[in-house]
Amino acid sequence: MQVTMTVNGDEVTRDVEPRMLLVHFLRDALSLTGTHWGCDTSNCGTCVVWVDEQPVKSCTMLAAMAGGKRVRTVEDLERDGVLDPVQEGFMQCHGLQCGFCTPGMMMTARWLLDHNPDPTDGEIREAISGQICRCTGYSTIVRSIRWAATHENASHIETAETAGSSS
Amino acid sequence: MQVPAPFEYERAESVSHAIALLERLGDEARVVAGGHSLLPMMKLRLAAPEYLVDINDLSDELGYITVESDVVRVGALVRHAAMLAHDGLAEHFPIIRDAEHLIADPVVRNWGTLGGSLCQCDPSEDLSSVCLALDAECVITGSGGQRVVPMADFAVGPYQTAVGEAELLTEVRFPIRPGSSSAYQKVKRRAGDWPVAASGVAVRLDGGTVIDARIALTALGVDDAVDATEALVGRPPSEEAFAAAAAIATQVSRPVDDARGSAEYKRHLAGELTVRALRSAVSRALSTTVN
Amino acid sequence: MTATPQTREHRQTEFEDNDQTPVGFGRMLRKEDPRLIRGRGRFVDDVQLPGMLHLAILRAPVAHARIVSIDISAAQAHPKVKLVVTGAMLAEKGLAWMPTLSNDVQAVLATDKVRFQGQEVAFVVAEDRYSARDALELIDVEYDDLAPVIDARKALDPSMPVIRDDLEGKTDNHIFDWETGDAEATEAAFARADVVVTEDIVYPRVHPAPMETAAAVADYDRVDGKLTLWSTSQAPHAHRTLYAIVAGLPEHKIRVIAPDIGGGFGGKVPIYPGYVCAIVGSLLVGKPVKWAEDRSENLTSGSFARDYIMRGEIAATKDGRILAIRTNVLADHGAFNGQAAPSKYPVGFFGVFTGSYDIEAAYAKVTAVYTNKAPGGVAYACSFRITEAVHLVERLVTSLALEMGIDQAELRLRNFIRPEQFPYETKTGWVYDSGDYEATMRESMRIAGYDELLAEREEKRARGELMGVGVSFFTEAVGAGPRKNMDILGLGMADGCELRIHPTGKAVVRLSVKTQGQGHETTFAQIVSEEIGIPPADIEVVHGDTDNTPFGLGTYGSRSTPVSGAAAALVARKVRDKAQLIASSMLEVSVADLEWTKGAFQVKGDPSSSVTIQDIAMRAHGAGDLPEGMEGALEAQICYNPENLTYPNGAYICVVDVDKGTGEVRVRRFIAVDDCGTRINPMIIEGQVHGGLVDGLGMALMEFIEFDEFGNCLGGSLMDYLIPTALECPDWETGHTVTPSPHHPIGAKGVGESATVGSPPAIVNAVVDALHPLGIRNIDMPMTPSRVWDAIQGRPRPPV
Repeated sequence: MQVTMTVNGDEVTRDVEPRMLLVHFLRDALSLTGTHWGCDTSNCGTCVVWVDEQPVKSCTMLAAMAGGKRVRTVEDLERDGVLDPVQEGFMQCHGLQCGFCTPGMMMTARWLLDHNPDPTDGEIREAISGQICRCTGYSTIVRSIRWAATHENASHIETAETAGSSS
Repeated sequence: MQVPAPFEYERAESVSHAIALLERLGDEARVVAGGHSLLPMMKLRLAAPEYLVDINDLSDELGYITVESDVVRVGALVRHAAMLAHDGLAEHFPIIRDAEHLIADPVVRNWGTLGGSLCQCDPSEDLSSVCLALDAECVITGSGGQRVVPMADFAVGPYQTAVGEAELLTEVRFPIRPGSSSAYQKVKRRAGDWPVAASGVAVRLDGGTVIDARIALTALGVDDAVDATEALVGRPPSEEAFAAAAAIATQVSRPVDDARGSAEYKRHLAGELTVRALRSAVSRALSTTVN
Repeated sequence: MTATPQTREHRQTEFEDNDQTPVGFGRMLRKEDPRLIRGRGRFVDDVQLPGMLHLAILRAPVAHARIVSIDISAAQAHPKVKLVVTGAMLAEKGLAWMPTLSNDVQAVLATDKVRFQGQEVAFVVAEDRYSARDALELIDVEYDDLAPVIDARKALDPSMPVIRDDLEGKTDNHIFDWETGDAEATEAAFARADVVVTEDIVYPRVHPAPMETAAAVADYDRVDGKLTLWSTSQAPHAHRTLYAIVAGLPEHKIRVIAPDIGGGFGGKVPIYPGYVCAIVGSLLVGKPVKWAEDRSENLTSGSFARDYIMRGEIAATKDGRILAIRTNVLADHGAFNGQAAPSKYPVGFFGVFTGSYDIEAAYAKVTAVYTNKAPGGVAYACSFRITEAVHLVERLVTSLALEMGIDQAELRLRNFIRPEQFPYETKTGWVYDSGDYEATMRESMRIAGYDELLAEREEKRARGELMGVGVSFFTEAVGAGPRKNMDILGLGMADGCELRIHPTGKAVVRLSVKTQGQGHETTFAQIVSEEIGIPPADIEVVHGDTDNTPFGLGTYGSRSTPVSGAAAALVARKVRDKAQLIASSMLEVSVADLEWTKGAFQVKGDPSSSVTIQDIAMRAHGAGDLPEGMEGALEAQICYNPENLTYPNGAYICVVDVDKGTGEVRVRRFIAVDDCGTRINPMIIEGQVHGGLVDGLGMALMEFIEFDEFGNCLGGSLMDYLIPTALECPDWETGHTVTPSPHHPIGAKGVGESATVGSPPAIVNAVVDALHPLGIRNIDMPMTPSRVWDAIQGRPRPPV
C-alpha cells in the first residue's frame, strides 16, 4: 500500500506492506537510522519519535497508521546548524554513554520541556520512565534535561561540531 | 525485532464506516486503536488477524470527555494521557488518576486508549477494575444501533468481552454519585510493569455512614466486584470495617503463583491494598464533603 | 601509599569549574557525543549495503529434545527466500560446531538434539527481514522430547539424562571441580573461632541485556576472497582469529569492524551462532547478509551471567576479628561451557572471595555442571566472576556483623588490609597492588552521614518502620592480564597500541580495544595528550576495525584502561623519547639538557629556547637534518603485557525503606566512593560508576532469568526481564579517593565494572539490616516485593 506522511517537515510517500512498523519505515525505507529499536514489547523506548507532536513508540505503530501525520525524529532536533538545548545538555552533562537510548530520550525530553519548561527532577524521571538506559543510571540524564531547561532561552547555542570527532 | 505476520489494513473514516468494515471483513478482522496491546501480540505472533481496522481517525466522534450533572461520558478513543490529565475526571473519580498514573509509562499513555484497554480485557488490566469499581456502563455500537452494558457484564472471560464481531465499544459512562470518592492501590515490581495485584475502591458516604461501597481487584483471579456490603455499608468508616472488607477481598481472591509473586503474597495484597484504598477513598470523600 | 580523600563531587561546581579542553587529564566533553546526539552514530543494524539480504534463526521451542527430522521445503519455496540451512547441512561443511571461550564446543545449529530453549536449529536468508521471519514458520521440525535437567542441584544425580552426549565418553553432567586456598588451614581456623556464620547465598542468573541486541552484517567478496564482518563485538581481534580457526578462512582475508556499539556489559564478548550463520549465509549466497537478533533471542539464547549457588562460612574471634572464609559453590553453566575467562581460570577471578580483609585462611571449592539452559557465564560487568565473589564475602561480613551485634562498617574497619601491607598477597594467592581501605570507607561514611543514618534508623525502628543501612566494600582484580598465565584460547591477554604524529602535529592513535559506550575516543586521546602534550581534540582515536588497529584482546573485565591505557601511555612515551632526540638536534643541546613541559622540550633554565611537539613533528617529516642514524617520521607501536592485575576498590553505603505491608523496597540513597587510582576524566568515571550502580540495583531488586521445571525461559522479553527505570533509581552520590597503582604507567586501575561488583551486596545488606529486627539475616536476589514479603513471613523463597 502507499503511505504518505510528513517526516521532519518533508512529505514522503513510499510503497510499503501494511504490516511495516513505523520504526522500520524510518530506518529502512528513509534511512533515518537515528531512531533505534531495542525490544519487541514496547518496553525499552529507544524507538521514541513524535507523531503529531506526541512522543510515541514507533515500534508499536504501523507506518500505515502514521499515514497523513507529522513525524519528527532525532535528526530534526538540530536546526540550521544549531543544536537543540536538549542535545547540548546531554553532551554537557554526560547524559549518554553508548548513545543507543539517547535519541528516544531526547525526543521525550524535548516534548517535556515544551510542555513543562521548568520540570522538577521527579517530573523528569517520570517523563522518561518508559525508556530504558542501561549505561547512565539516569542521574546524568536528569541533569542533562535540567541543563536544557535552564539554557532554553539562550539566544544562541554554539554547535558542538568542533568539540569532537569528524561526523 | 519481531514483526507481525501479513495482514490487510483498512482505515475507518467514521464509526459507521468502521462497523461496516467489520461486518464485511468478518471474524478475521481486529480493531486497532492505540495498538499497544494488540501490536506486541502480533509481533510475537500470538495474534495474527487477517485484517486490521484502524479507528484512530475517529477522534472527533470518539475522543471526548464530557462532564454532565450525573454522568461523565468518555469516548472510547480517549488516550490514557488525556484521562490522566483531565481535572473533571480526577475531581469526580480520583481513582482514575490514581490508576492512569500507574498504567504502562507516559509515552505509551500518549497513544493507548480507554477502549483499547477495556477491549483487550487482560485480567491484569487496571482500567477494567476502575470501571467496575465506579459502576461504569459501556456503550457498544453496531449497525443496529447502540446497547448499554454494565461493566459487570462487559468482561465475558479473559481477553473476551461482550463486544460482538461487528461492534465497537464507543463510550464509557461513569455515574456521578454525590458523597462518593474512590482510590486505586497497586503493587508492581517496577514502573511500567503490569500489576502484581491491585485494588480499586469506590465508597459513598452519607452523614458519616458508608451507604455504598464497591471493590474491584486486579490480577487476583476475581472477575466481579467484591461484595463487601456486609463489612462496610451502614457503618461509619473505621479501621475495623476496612479490615473486615479486606478479609472478604482476601477470601475471594484466587491468585496464582508466577514470576510476579506467590499466590499467598497476592492474597495478602488483596487485603492490604484494599485497606489502603479504602482509607484513601474515605478520606477523599470526607474532605470533599467538608469542602 | 597514602590516599588523598577528595571532597565529594558537587554537580554544580563540576559544571562551572571544569576545564572542558584540558591537555591531558581532567573533565572533558566526549568526542563521541556530537555524532550520537544527532542520531548519526553508526550501529550494526544501521549498516545497509547494496543487495543486502536478511537472516532469521529458527530456535528450539523446548529445552531438551532429539531432532527427528527437519523439513525445509516449504520455506525454500517461499518466493523471497534465498537460502535455508540446517545443522546437518553445516555438518557437511564441518561448521556445525564451534569452540566456546572455555574450550568447550557449542552447536552453531543443532545437529543431534537441542539442549536449551532458544537454541539455534536452522536459519533462513531472505530478501527482507519480514519475509525471513515469515519463512521460519514454514520450517517443520519434529522433536522427540527428552527429560530436561533444570535444577543444577540435581544435575549430577545419576538418574539425570546426559546433556552432552556429543562429547565422547561423557556419562554425566559434570564440567569441572576447582579449588583454591588451604582447606586444612581453614578448618583449623574455623575450629578455634568463637563465632561461625553460615549463609546459603544464590546469585541468580541475570543477563547483560544491552539496549542494542547482537547483530552482524557479513559481506563476503567472492572475487578477492575477503570477508568483511560488521558485528557487535567487544573484542574484534579475538573474533577475527576465532573466525579464521572456525571457518578456515585465512586471517588476513577477514576484516572485523565493530562500529558504534549500543552497550555490551560483557554480552558482546562471545561469538554467537548468529554471527557464524551470517558469515555462512554470505559465503553461500555471495551477497551481504544481515542478522539482527530480536530481544527474545537476546534474552533466551545470549550469554547469561552469574548462576552461582553458594554456601559461605565465615569464622571470627569474639572481638570481631575475621579468621577465615570458606565456600562451596555449585555453578550452573548451561548447556555449553561458554564461560569467558582466561584459560587457566575456569571460575574466572572468583578466587578474590577473601575480599578486602586481612585474614588467616581461606578455601573455596567450585563444581560446575551442565543444565538445559542457555550457555554463557560471561558477563554482565562482572570482572570475571568477581561479582559473585564480592557478593559472597560482603554478605557474609554483614551477616557476621548482625550476628555479633557489631556495626557493619565498624566490623569492616577492624579487618581491612592496612595500607602498609601492600602489595598484599591474599590467602588464595592474589597480589593486591595498592589501597587505603580505611580512608575510602571513612570517606563514604562521611558523605553518607553514617552516624545520623544509624540514629534515624533507630528512631524509625522504634516507630515500627523498616529502614536499613547497608555497607559493602569491594576489591576488584581487573586488567587481565599478565601473558605468562593469562590467555583466552591460547591468545595472550596483551594489547597493542600505535601512535602516529602527523607532520602538522596532529595525531592518530590506534587501539586494540573497543568502546561500547565507555568513551575510549575521549579517554585515550586524553592519555596520549597527557604524555605528548597535543590537545585531545587533535588526536584521532581509531578502534574497532581489525584492518586498521593493532592486535589485542578487546574490552571487557575492566581491562581497557589497565592494559590498553597503559599501552597508549607507553607508546606516547616512546614517541616522546624520539621527539626528545630530535629536539636536542634542533636546539643543539644534549638530550640531558632538555626538560619536558607538556607539549614542548625546552633547554633547562631557558624557557625561551624550546621546540613544541608540533615543531618536532614537522622536523621529523621534513627535509631538515635528523640526528645521526634516525629514521624519519614520528610514530611508534608497542604491545603492553601487564605485570600484574590492578585492584580498584570502593566503599558503598545504601539506604533503603521497606514497606512492611507490601514488601516493596525503595533505595532512598546510594553513596559510592571509588578508588580507581589515577583519574583520567572524572566525568566519564562518574558515568561508569553510575552505570554500574543501576546494574547492581537491577540485579538486587528485579533482574532474573528464571526457568520453569520444563526449562521454559520465563524472562524472555523486557516485559518479564525487568531493568530499572529512572523511577527506581536514587540520585547517585559519588566520591573518590586516589591510590595509584604502583605498576601501571599512569597509575590507573580501571573502573568500568566496579559499581556492578560492589553495589548488589550493599543493597541486599541494607534490606537485611532493615529486616533484621524481624529475625531475618539473609534474603536472596532479586528482592521483588513478593520475595521480601515472603521472607518477612519466615518463608523465604530462594530463586533457584
